[in-house]
Amino acid sequence: MAARVFLDAAAGAPLHPAAREALLAALDDGWADPARLYSSGRRARLLLDGAREAVAQVVGARPDEVSFAPNGTAAAHLAVLGTLASRRRTGQHVVHSAVEHSCVLQAVEGAETTSVGVNQLGRVDLTAFATALRPDTALACLLSASHEVGTTQPVAEAAQACERYAVPLLVDAAQSLGRAPVPRGWSLLTGSAHKWGGPPGVGLLVVRTGTRWRSPLPADEREGGRVAGAVALPNVLAAAVALQAAHAESAAEDARLRPLVELIRRRVVETVPDVEVVGDPAGRLAHLVTFSCLYVDGESLLTALDRRGFEVSSGSSCTSSTLMPSHVLVAMGVLTHGNVRVSLHRGTTEAEVLAFLAALPEVVAELRREAGVTGL
Amino acid sequence: MRVIDCLGRPCPVPVIELAKALPEVAVGDLLEVLSDDPAAAVDIPAWCRMRSQEWVGQVGRGHRVRRLS
Repeated sequence: MAARVFLDAAAGAPLHPAAREALLAALDDGWADPARLYSSGRRARLLLDGAREAVAQVVGARPDEVSFAPNGTAAAHLAVLGTLASRRRTGQHVVHSAVEHSCVLQAVEGAETTSVGVNQLGRVDLTAFATALRPDTALACLLSASHEVGTTQPVAEAAQACERYAVPLLVDAAQSLGRAPVPRGWSLLTGSAHKWGGPPGVGLLVVRTGTRWRSPLPADEREGGRVAGAVALPNVLAAAVALQAAHAESAAEDARLRPLVELIRRRVVETVPDVEVVGDPAGRLAHLVTFSCLYVDGESLLTALDRRGFEVSSGSSCTSSTLMPSHVLVAMGVLTHGNVRVSLHRGTTEAEVLAFLAALPEVVAELRREAGVTGL
Repeated sequence: MRVIDCLGRPCPVPVIELAKALPEVAVGDLLEVLSDDPAAAVDIPAWCRMRSQEWVGQVGRGHRVRRLS
């Protein structure tokens, strides 16, 4: 079989070479408990402090505002629940965009929520977002950019509205960290290392000084009292190195990947009949593109592409265990079936993208022939 | 009004059946697709937008479309 072409970096990117090197070194160097006072522990502490400083610098925070969590989902849960726990007297109302990642939506389930709609490009209605803020609003959530369609969100403007009402803003930056400039104005920021080329098993929780937050779980003194238990230090060190490297390369990678994504957007429409490319063509992440093919089911499409060596993702309900279509595509009011998300990474070559574009039309045509829907 | 029953059938079947049946109704007439698939509520209006047909609305599990062309 020919080499696999991995085009699902939005789910988890391959390990950055610098992170791989750091991880191997850290397995030798950073195995001790950084809370211990003997030499090996102090050495581990220095490494952890260094990782925290590196991450703080990239996200524009103070080191003591940065905590490492077991993964991005845990970081988002802690961000939401810790804010709600500290603001019980204010209220328990949460404002969020309709296109937040499911980990944020799951975390706000117990609260009274106002979900703010998006336009057909997937961008939140800023006026509705500001209007939804109330005196008893404990938290507002707006992701930096959509994980499913790549549309960037007006975080700075939403932050201004939140500031007027003294409502803390949680920005889930999982999809943009290491790829795009870090947005301004957040009170809490979360991320996930394996999306920026770090190892899996490291989440990022940043809480701005002055933002009220109390651990919703039994807490210890580690990670600023925000995340209990020892961190996976070698993974954390590799994650920090990966973020630094990805952030340093982000402008060059943006310039390299954006034209490839534009090529996909253009070529898919030219070569595949009855296809809808979704998400904002301009205000978007450089590495991610989503389109839907009429009359084809997403799972068959994924399987057929996988057989030809291409690994992509889909937001179609036929690929989910719940049989519910993607809440993001639903909120946008765009086709939910036959959905394909392609997301590129630093290892993606133009040749791989061209090979995908060459294979796609026949894959779709074949599925349509099999289903007897050609020419509908 | 012509009614096509897609109850219990998953996406993209309701949209496929709609696309097959709509040419059989007269221009200006209504067609109703019965579907309990959660995707139909989004995919049928989206199909109407892509195909320049009129999405009339949803009544219970019935999704109504008017043929415009």
